[in-house]
Amino acid sequence: MWIDPSRPAERALVTHGHADHARSGHGAVWATPETLAIMALRYGTEMGTPVAYGDGFEERGVKISFHPAGHVLGSAQILLEHAGERVVVTGDYKRRADPTCALFEPVPCDVLITEATFGLPVFTHPPITGEIAKLLDAREANSDGCVVVGAYALGKAQRVIAELRRAGYDAPIYIHGAMQKMCELYEAHGVALGELVMATGLAKGALKGAIVVAPPSALNDRWARRLPDPVTAMASGWMRVRQRARQKNVELPLVISDHADWNELTETLLELRPSETWITHGRTDALGRWCELHQLKARALDLVGREDEDEG
Amino acid sequence: MERFAALIDGLVYTRSRDTKIRLIADYLRDAPDPDRGWALAALAGTLSIATVKSTAIRAMADERFDPALFRMSRDYVGDTAETVALMWDQLPHLAGTTPPTLGEVIDLLKNASRARAPSLLAELMDRLDADGRYALLKLASGGMRVGISARLAKTAFAQAFNLSVDDVEEVWHALRPPYAELFAWGEGKTERPDPSETAFFRPFMLAHPLDDGTVDLADFAAEWKWDGIRIQIASTGIETRLFSRGGDEVSGAFPEIAAAFKGIGVVDGELLVRGEVQGGEAASFNALQQRLGRKTVTAAMQAEYPVFVRLYDILFDGAEDLRAQPWHQRRSRIEAFAATLDPVRFDLSAIIEARDFDHLAEIRGGSRDAAIEGVMLKRRDAPYLAGRKVGLWYKWKREPLVADCVMMYAQRGSGKRSSYYSDYTFGCWGEDGNLLPVGKAYSGFSDEELKWLDRFVRNNTVARFGPVREVEKSLVLEVAFDAVHESKRHKSGIAMRFPRISRLRRDKPADEADRVETLKSMIG
Repeated sequence: MWIDPSRPAERALVTHGHADHARSGHGAVWATPETLAIMALRYGTEMGTPVAYGDGFEERGVKISFHPAGHVLGSAQILLEHAGERVVVTGDYKRRADPTCALFEPVPCDVLITEATFGLPVFTHPPITGEIAKLLDAREANSDGCVVVGAYALGKAQRVIAELRRAGYDAPIYIHGAMQKMCELYEAHGVALGELVMATGLAKGALKGAIVVAPPSALNDRWARRLPDPVTAMASGWMRVRQRARQKNVELPLVISDHADWNELTETLLELRPSETWITHGRTDALGRWCELHQLKARALDLVGREDEDEG
Repeated sequence: MERFAALIDGLVYTRSRDTKIRLIADYLRDAPDPDRGWALAALAGTLSIATVKSTAIRAMADERFDPALFRMSRDYVGDTAETVALMWDQLPHLAGTTPPTLGEVIDLLKNASRARAPSLLAELMDRLDADGRYALLKLASGGMRVGISARLAKTAFAQAFNLSVDDVEEVWHALRPPYAELFAWGEGKTERPDPSETAFFRPFMLAHPLDDGTVDLADFAAEWKWDGIRIQIASTGIETRLFSRGGDEVSGAFPEIAAAFKGIGVVDGELLVRGEVQGGEAASFNALQQRLGRKTVTAAMQAEYPVFVRLYDILFDGAEDLRAQPWHQRRSRIEAFAATLDPVRFDLSAIIEARDFDHLAEIRGGSRDAAIEGVMLKRRDAPYLAGRKVGLWYKWKREPLVADCVMMYAQRGSGKRSSYYSDYTFGCWGEDGNLLPVGKAYSGFSDEELKWLDRFVRNNTVARFGPVREVEKSLVLEVAFDAVHESKRHKSGIAMRFPRISRLRRDKPADEADRVETLKSMIG
């Protein structure tokens, strides 16, 4: 039995729906109902056994249960219990409140297998309210044009939209065609996104003063030519570093991440105090060094087939 | 300080020149004194408070952070100041501190001893957020590096207060940061400051292209157009300043010229490198270009490329303003003026003696000196006027050289062109039958042609290297350029001067494109 296998496996436990964790072609799949729905949307006829948060099952003497990870809709940590020893695989997680998914729950354990996407002390994600305010200010200042926000189609896009609604923005939000189905899926799972309009096929003038949400890959590409005088924004934890934002031609960097920042990573370790920590998925060296300084036993677990930059 | 930090951030992320000007102008209009004056100085490069060396910033980091964690972070971020600014969030902060103003920061830094500076800096850092800390560290170590020239900063100031940038330019060098008098004048509270004691920039007179027209040499004088750097020298006898085409001061880049200029007045000329022919070596422009951006130059650089100025015109002789006088009168004044200058550093651009226009065309066609870009035609009765005025000065460039090259790589443009592959690297055939890159161009084609080129790149990509696409070597581009010279930096051994795409040769097979050898034979 594998967790988030990068190749087709007979039996797979899947933490969440992002493509580098949920691949297609597995035999049997166990995941949260939301994650299974996302996989079905992306891969067609994916079947699997739903496991709700807090629920579990037993497999060859190992008790397996799923717990909220706070990363995207349906994202889970997986707890493995055997002979009194508890191992938690965090998958991708964050600890901030997010209107589009359940809040992370710390799960006491002996071994913690943690992600470390933003495992450098330069990464502190600011409160999202300030970043959303920047976005609204930019829209106001560019009323003759529009603001286009690059956001990963699963999770980030819906979170940005939901946070805009929470800030009182109730005008229609325009979305790229590639996001439509995923937004519908979120709505069907009770995440209210307000009025969404497809940005495709509209007259240029219709988008004046609008906020448009699109996948990052569409920002500097042909698709964006239809937009009237756009300010290019990007919602990503990587936007904290100036040169990163400039490389991607971003004019309005929004530091909005669905991953734990350095403080969340380290505070979670101090809170759980596992007897051993395995670090995967990202900047393993710096978090390993921090563990060493805090006398926590840790080692890096290198995984193949991981792309760390796209969904920050 | 937060507003200044936000301005710096905005400038970092903005590519459009007009937007940069608007951002700066908005700030200068709204921010309080003396903050805005210090900000203007920081942007224009006239603020010197380099109290902190970058080694001190590193030392500050080592004291507060684990060196291994700092090194890993620095490697990722790529900039020491930014790394420290970002990591500072990890330190315990005093609650309820108020951020310092820009004026307060400058006052403290200016008055701090070198020993006290690091701890002062740390105290200021504690009171700021990440963006504020970044701006602070850049200020304290000297150099904002946000891609703003002094001229652009002055343009923004002029825009903020509805002034002409030339008026601002005239008073600029008479004033010092934080420019209280400048802002008072801008807001209409005081008279214009009096610049008469200082050497300041006067806008250049510029030429229109002659294209296919002709002129009567009875009305126009002809002289060579030299391929160096247009320069203005202004001296009051007490101070001498050099200005580039855009009005940026470049005295520091060419100190030997400023030191050798013993006249009083304002003259217009071309900066060139001394070579075996009168016009200087073919490498003039490149060698000078490298020095242009520097604040100081080494003795070795001065020795390697001995520079001099070839004088075209005179605007002021002593305090006497000659700009309203006709060209022929200014010409006799500059001839007399030039005779008093050090001949090692200054000479006079000669008048071309031609019987008539056809004769001039013949002389122009026969000029082989690489330092000659073409011919200038100046109306004999024209005054010296700022900018480009119709009918007074014409530039008649040499016919461009052309070569058929093959597109090799393409890269996306910036701004409005960021979704188009609009920057092309092209090559010619080397001796071993491989294509060698010979230049890069991003102009010369129509919007329709750009759409076609963009499609061609997307449909013929064979490899990607970050933002660069390598394309199928099948498209021939006719490239026009002003000159070609030797270059050790390029594998092909040559570099083109001002290459642009003149035609798309979709009809021509790639193997019939030109050879590198052919280009080498064009080295003038």
